Amino acid sequence: MFSRISGTGHYLPAYRLTNTELESRVDTSDQWIRERTGIRERRIAASNENVVSMATAASREALAAAGVQAAQLDMIVVATTSADKAFPSAACEVQAELGATKAAAFDIAAACAGFIFAMSVADQYIKTGMARHVLVVGADVLSRLCNPEDRNTIVLFGDGAGAAVLSASDQAGVLSTHIYCAGEYASLLGADLPGRNADPITEQAWLYMKGNEVFRVAVQKLSELVQDTLKQHNLKPDQLDWLVPHQANYRIIQATAKKLKMPIEQVVLTLEYTGNTSAASVPIALDVAIRDGRIQRGQRLLLEAFGGGFAWGSALVVY
Amino acid sequence: MSTIEERVKKIIIEQLGVKEEEVKPEASFENDLGADSLDTVELVMALEEEFETEIPDEEAEKIRTVQAAIDYVTAHSEE
Repeated sequence: MFSRISGTGHYLPAYRLTNTELESRVDTSDQWIRERTGIRERRIAASNENVVSMATAASREALAAAGVQAAQLDMIVVATTSADKAFPSAACEVQAELGATKAAAFDIAAACAGFIFAMSVADQYIKTGMARHVLVVGADVLSRLCNPEDRNTIVLFGDGAGAAVLSASDQAGVLSTHIYCAGEYASLLGADLPGRNADPITEQAWLYMKGNEVFRVAVQKLSELVQDTLKQHNLKPDQLDWLVPHQANYRIIQATAKKLKMPIEQVVLTLEYTGNTSAASVPIALDVAIRDGRIQRGQRLLLEAFGGGFAWGSALVVY
Repeated sequence: MSTIEERVKKIIIEQLGVKEEEVKPEASFENDLGADSLDTVELVMALEEEFETEIPDEEAEKIRTVQAAIDYVTAHSEE
């Protein structure tokens, strides 16, 4: 028994925050941002949007693409670290919005790598026969966690959601998932919760990131990860059709692709127009490339992501 | 067998995409060879891989010129 991606969807808020607009807010430049990150613009959620509303929109698209009814879902796993509520989970709210009355629903926190972790959980439930249809969502509004005056972070993050329905199948789908963490790096990338008795927003509650150090570990771990993933299946990089990486930084993606000797034409890139959408980035990229016809049924894909924790992971998938 | 100096220079040429004649000992990665902070991080990683060594962050920060890179590797290689 395999789990197979039966449908995907994504949602991006309408507002496009361009580099030019950022130039008027903080001391930065379009050129600086593009050279170091590859980002031109990012989408920012409207005040009446949040993780749940975006996750629900992406999920409806994925269910429609899969031809699966919400009532058929056995499980909903939402990967997020920026939901409005401590509880109930965003997944429970999505369940209610969709009317997925049969589904167990819960959130997973693995920051930018969240979607891969959620996929890994879904894959296990399906492989063991415990679930038939699982909705896996990545949704984040990290733009709201960034200090509006911090030029190092506001240029990077955008908002959005991506979703995939994984369904039980006799045909090969998800071949394997690989997830790892190194909690000793917590101080390099994170966002604390605002204290309940303190001022509503304390300085410590803003997202913090030591960019160069994160870059270094990300490149190292992702290079090892993608090589190990292929090795486990005795695959050569040229047997991959697409690399679908977490869209954090073009330079990290370039370094990972170089390790795999994968031409950049076979790498799905959306970050130029989305920025880093955290847990949403891999499923958004996946859905974009499926809908524009680049990714075809039967092709072999390598999904990978790296984020706060540090937490990182990969999934080798036959679409 | 290439010397340490030749191997260091080769990595700098590859990583920063510069010409051999630009890689003078006193050349600064950021000021003369057009590197930004992420380029220097990648350069240090490439040196670590080539010479099978780990360069701590506080040491890596001091490697700002071609000569500094050659000196660091020379001092820390086991040849």
